[in-house]
Amino acid sequence: MTGDWRNRGHPAYWAFLVHRLSGIALALFLPIHFLVLAQALRGAGPLDAFLAWTHRPLVIGSEIALVFALAVHLTGGLRLLFVEFVGWKSEAQKAAIAIAGGLAAFCAIAFALNVV
Amino acid sequence: MNARRETRLWLAQRASAAVLAVCVATHLATMIVAVRAGLTASDILGRTHGSIGWAAFYALFVVAVAIHAPLGLRTIAGEWLGFRGRAADIVFALFGATLLGLGALAIAAVTR
Repeated sequence: MTGDWRNRGHPAYWAFLVHRLSGIALALFLPIHFLVLAQALRGAGPLDAFLAWTHRPLVIGSEIALVFALAVHLTGGLRLLFVEFVGWKSEAQKAAIAIAGGLAAFCAIAFALNVV
Repeated sequence: MNARRETRLWLAQRASAAVLAVCVATHLATMIVAVRAGLTASDILGRTHGSIGWAAFYALFVVAVAIHAPLGLRTIAGEWLGFRGRAADIVFALFGATLLGLGALAIAAVTR
């Protein structure tokens, strides 16, 4: 894919990029997520104090973005597993990418509607 | 580059991805439902505390992600930054071990 700019107009290139960037974001977030949950070792109080801090609009917005990143990495990853282990059907890829993006957006919107 | 080793790592990444597909789908559904009434520590701990089922689920989740994430980052670092070889292997193995350790701590905190 490197060096051939013609490929970059194809939705599969953008799906590839979104998969990588969402993966990086999730990998960076995970240690923080684990450390926050580990606060419960000292009882519910410290964890509740952190959860109260997360009620700020900017944090809620970041949470919704993270849910989208997680969902799009899942649906994009399922598409990749399908391509690698079942087979590549070029004409179906645009539809598969649209479905993957749509399902991820659905998860993020469902989370947003419940959390706000 | 050892081709056999790379193939094994590729397979480990795909196998962990398949496990993660189930874990992440469950995690997403749980999160979407759990935040409905506002999330508190007692809500989280009430669901997971003393539960062998959730402990086993999160243990599988953490092991799979501790395999999957470092291997994915290793591939990206190699392709985008040219960071590969023994130094990269050590850095990403340490990252995987960190995820495993912190994940175990988080599981102990919410399920004990």
